[in-house]
Amino acid sequence: MTSPAGTTSRGRGAHKRRALGSRALFLGPGLFYVTAFMAIPIALIVSYAFLTRGRFGGVRLPLTLESFTRALDPVYLQVLGNSLLIATTTTVLALLIGYPVAYAIARMPSRWRTIALVLVVLPFWSNFLIRTYAWIVLLNSEGPLNKALLATGLRDEPIGLLYNRGAVIVGLLYAYLPLMILPLYASLERMDWSLLEAATNLGASRIRAFFDVTFPLSLPGAMIGAIFVFVPSLGNFIVPELLGGGKTVMVGNLIRDQFLKARDWPFGAVLALTMVTFLILLFALQAAVSRRINGPRAHA
Amino acid sequence: MRRSGVAGAIAVSAALLLAACGGSTSSDAGSAAAGSTLDPKADLTKQTLTVSNWAGYYPEDLPAKFQTAVGAPLTIANHATNEEIMGKLTAGGDSGIDVAFVSGQYAQALNDAGLLEPIDPALIPNLKNLYPEATQMPFDKGNKFSVPYTWGTTGICYRSDLVPTEPTSWNDILKPAAENKGKITMLSTERWLLLPALKSLGYSINTTNADELAAAKELTLAQKPDLLAYDDTTFYTRLVSGEATMVEAWDGWCNYGIAEDPNIKFVVPKEGSDLWSDTMVVLKSSKNKEAGMAFINYILDPANHAWVAENILYKVPNQAAMETEAVAGMSAAYPNMGMTPAELLKEEAIVDLGEQSSAYTKIATEVTSG
Repeated sequence: MTSPAGTTSRGRGAHKRRALGSRALFLGPGLFYVTAFMAIPIALIVSYAFLTRGRFGGVRLPLTLESFTRALDPVYLQVLGNSLLIATTTTVLALLIGYPVAYAIARMPSRWRTIALVLVVLPFWSNFLIRTYAWIVLLNSEGPLNKALLATGLRDEPIGLLYNRGAVIVGLLYAYLPLMILPLYASLERMDWSLLEAATNLGASRIRAFFDVTFPLSLPGAMIGAIFVFVPSLGNFIVPELLGGGKTVMVGNLIRDQFLKARDWPFGAVLALTMVTFLILLFALQAAVSRRINGPRAHA
Repeated sequence: MRRSGVAGAIAVSAALLLAACGGSTSSDAGSAAAGSTLDPKADLTKQTLTVSNWAGYYPEDLPAKFQTAVGAPLTIANHATNEEIMGKLTAGGDSGIDVAFVSGQYAQALNDAGLLEPIDPALIPNLKNLYPEATQMPFDKGNKFSVPYTWGTTGICYRSDLVPTEPTSWNDILKPAAENKGKITMLSTERWLLLPALKSLGYSINTTNADELAAAKELTLAQKPDLLAYDDTTFYTRLVSGEATMVEAWDGWCNYGIAEDPNIKFVVPKEGSDLWSDTMVVLKSSKNKEAGMAFINYILDPANHAWVAENILYKVPNQAAMETEAVAGMSAAYPNMGMTPAELLKEEAIVDLGEQSSAYTKIATEVTSG
C-alpha cells in the first residue's frame, strides 16, 4: 500500500537526485578545469614560497621564511607602491577618458553605435607587442613626434618622451582603454533614459540629473571597467620593459625576472602570492561596494 | 604574448612550477673526470642527435649538411638564454639533449654537477684547429669538458660622430659627460651589469667580496638616472637611430651596428674587461655521445666554423677558420674581429661562482628595481 504522500515524497526525492546529477554534469567540467589549472598551481606557488632556491631554478629544502622577509625590503615595497601608483593612475585616466566616449556611443543612433563599438575594439585585431613597439617608434627621441617638435622651432633639443613612468602609463592606458569603455557602454546603454526625463521634469538641472541619476546607475559598469583596467595594468611586464626602458620596474617584471632571469623561484612565488592576496582583497572590496549599491533595490 | 596581468604571471609561474615537479631531485652522477667508454667505431648512422643552441646562432641548413657529412640525423632545439637551457639540463633525468651550447661559466657549473661527458680528443681530430690560447681559458683549462664555439669581450660601442670625445674608460659611461647623459644603455644581465663598475673600481669581475660588490652596486645605482635604458638585445639599433650614443655591448653585437653605420666603433676600456666564450658540451645522459663528439668535430672544420665568423660576426677560437681569406679580410670593416687571441686572453675570464653567484642576481634585481 502506497500512500499518495509517500509517492510524492519518493518522486520528489528522485527528482532531487536527478537535479543533483545534472548539476554535477554541468558543473563538472568547469570545476575540474578550475581545480586543475587554478587551485593546484596556486597550491604549488604557496608551497614553493617556503622553500629554498635551487641554483639553476627549482626549489629545494630546507623550509625557510627568507623569501618573505626579503619581500619586505624597502626596494621591493617601493616596486609594489610604484606599480599600484601606475595602475591607479591608468585606471583613473581610463575612467575620465572612457566615460565620455561610452556615454556618446550609448546616445548615438543604433546604426552608428555598431560602427563605434567596432572602432573601440579595432586595436585588438593586431598583436599587443607590435602595438607597443609602435609607441617606441612614435615617442623616441628620433621619432616623428620629436622631429615635428624640432621642426616647429619651439625646442632645439628632443624631449624625453620615452623610458619613463609617463610612457608606461600612456602605453597601459592605450592597451586597456577599450576594457573600460565596453562595460561602461553596456551599463549606460541598458539605462532607462526616461528616468532622466523624469528628473528634469521634476526640476533637476541637466548636471544634477547626471550626477543623481545617470552616474549612480552606471557605477556597476564603471567598477567592472576599473577592475578590467587595474588588474592587467598592475601585472603587466611588457609595457614597463619596452616603454619604461627597464628602468621603471613593476611587480610583474620583478616576478617574471625571478623565474626567467634570477632563477629565484621561492622569491618569485612570494611576490606572486602578494599580488594574488592583494587582488583577492580588491575583489572583496568591489563585491562589498556593489552589494551596497544594488542592495536596496534587491530588497524592494 | 598578450598576457593579461596577474593571470599571465600566475600561468607562467605555474608552468614553471609544474615543470619543476619532476625535477627537483639532484642527480648523483659522478664527475666528468671518470674514464669514458666511447666507441670510436660506433655506427653514427644508428645514432640521432639533438642539439640545443641559441636561435640564429648556426646556419639554417646545418641539420641537412651534418647528416650528409656524418650520417646521423640532427635536430636543433633553440634556447633563448643560458638560464633557460640550464633549467632544462639540471631538471634531473634525461633532458633528451645530446649536445648543448652554453657560455663557459655555465659549462663549468654543469661539469661541477657531474652532468658532462669528458671531451674525447680521439673522436675530435679537428681540435688541432683551435688556437693554443683557446685551450687555456680558466673555466676549463685543456678543454676537458667543453669546446669553445665563439669568444670575445665586452666594451663600449659608440657613435664616433655623436660623442664629443671618444670613450676610453668605463667611467665614460658610468659618470657620463653632460652631452651624453640620457643617451647611454647598459646590459642588465647579472654578470655584465656590474662589470663596468667592478672594473672601474679595480676589482675582479669574479669577486665575491661583499664590500667590493656593495661599492660596485652603489656606483651602478648612481649611474641609473643618466641612462636611456637597460638593454640586452636592441642596444645597437639605438646607436644606429642615434637615440643612444654610447652603450655597453658585446663585441659581436657592436658589429651588427657597425654593419649599418660605419661611424659606430668599439673600444675595450683601459681598465680591462671580460673574456667570454660560448662553448659546446656533450651531456653525460646522452645516448648518442659518439655522434655528439662527431658534431663538435664537424663544427671545428675550418669551413663550417668560418661560417659563424662571417655571418654571426663573432670571433671564433679556430685558427684555421680565422685565417681563411674571407674571415681575415673582415677586420677592415669590423676592427674588433682582428683582436688577437693573446689580446683576448689578457682580459679576465668570467668563471662560475657556485652558490656565490646568487649575490650577483640579487644585486641585479635590486639595481634595476631601485
